[in-house]
Amino acid sequence: MARAAVLRRLTWAIAEVVHLVDETPRVRSLTLDVPDWPGHLPGHHIDVRLTAEDGYQAGRQYSIATPTDGTRVTITVERLDDGEVSPYLTDVLEVGDSVELRGPIGGYFVWEPSRGGPLQLVAGGSGIAPLMAMLRARLQARSDVPVRMLLSWRSGEDVIYADELNAVARDATGIEITHTFTRSAPDGWTGRTGRLDREALAELAWTPSERPLAYVCGPTGLVEAVASALVDLGHDPGRVLAERFGPTGG
Amino acid sequence: MSFISRGFQRRQAPAAPSDRVPPGQYVTRDFPVLSAGPTPRIGLDDWRLELVGEVDQPLSWSWQEFTALPAEEITVDVHCVTKWSKLDTAWTGVPVDALLDGVETSAGFAVAHSYGGYTTNLPLDDLTGGKAWVAYRYDGEPLEPEHGGPARLLVPHLYFWKSAKWLRALELRADDAPGFWEGYGYHNYGDPWREQRYSGD
Repeated sequence: MARAAVLRRLTWAIAEVVHLVDETPRVRSLTLDVPDWPGHLPGHHIDVRLTAEDGYQAGRQYSIATPTDGTRVTITVERLDDGEVSPYLTDVLEVGDSVELRGPIGGYFVWEPSRGGPLQLVAGGSGIAPLMAMLRARLQARSDVPVRMLLSWRSGEDVIYADELNAVARDATGIEITHTFTRSAPDGWTGRTGRLDREALAELAWTPSERPLAYVCGPTGLVEAVASALVDLGHDPGRVLAERFGPTGG
Repeated sequence: MSFISRGFQRRQAPAAPSDRVPPGQYVTRDFPVLSAGPTPRIGLDDWRLELVGEVDQPLSWSWQEFTALPAEEITVDVHCVTKWSKLDTAWTGVPVDALLDGVETSAGFAVAHSYGGYTTNLPLDDLTGGKAWVAYRYDGEPLEPEHGGPARLLVPHLYFWKSAKWLRALELRADDAPGFWEGYGYHNYGDPWREQRYSGD
């Protein structure tokens, strides 16, 4: 895989919140305007840093949910009730406020249309964020790379980007999106329930002979299970890319 | 301090004295997993650890030979570049000094190679002098694959990405060569106390 490394110094920028979307009761997307943003690839993330009046600082990393768009960067943050940074981002920040951030960071877990496919995207919960950047980049570029996206949610109210995903599933060609619910499905749901186990992946994912590029993002348990199952099914481990976040993402 | 985040304040009392937690880190009690691909599964019958590169003679250990080497119990704090620190982690491992015992080398650098293809680089001085181990037990149990088992490098004084999981070989080199994350812009050395997260920090 070609390296997209940009070995330049990462400096802190003060970014203004320009748009907020409450995606679910626990998840908010924040669009930030970052002066001198150098651009990024889908899958890159940023470091966000908060500073209290007494000088106390706390920082976390968040994946960017949008393709490069001038100086605009959107992150999608899930509130962790015992966290220190996420509740501030989801509950306190308002349009017109600012946060400090730097990036883009990463470079392995990235995809752009020129990398081809077929593309296998698998996410659990807010792990969808970097995969959404990839899906949006594919649509924006009018690429014809075939995409299968498998999304695991705890319940119906946890679905992030629901309207956009429904529209893509309805209107776009070459993109299949499958949702599954692990705890409680929405009323009237006739689709899939249960975890994305080996059986589900054998049925829903590209086959090893189709040589997909797979991106798996979510909580450690899901990522371990899905990545291992894909390898067990015969997928090339070098084409299974993983990004994990633990319960302490804060 | 120029920038203040309106309405932000510390929510948690410090979980540890500040001399235990490097700048920008927070303490976690569980053990997050971070790796870039699937967890490799290596059977102990197939496992080998190699010492290669700028050495008078390459060395190689089977699992039996490796675990017969004198091991140490190590309790250390580990610091991940993604900001979590875990205090008092308890490991069993073979000091890298023991692997290098009697080895003639003029190398100044090393690259750790993992099963699955991961690499990371560090100065040889950071692997010697009682500062680094090849660990194969955690909390009294065999090291789980998702945390780097059968055996991983343990270099607790550097950010934890330097402690390569699923260690397969140590390559000694005359010159420095960036590893996996170092090639993607992470800091070449990675001292958590100097907050060397990314290139240029």
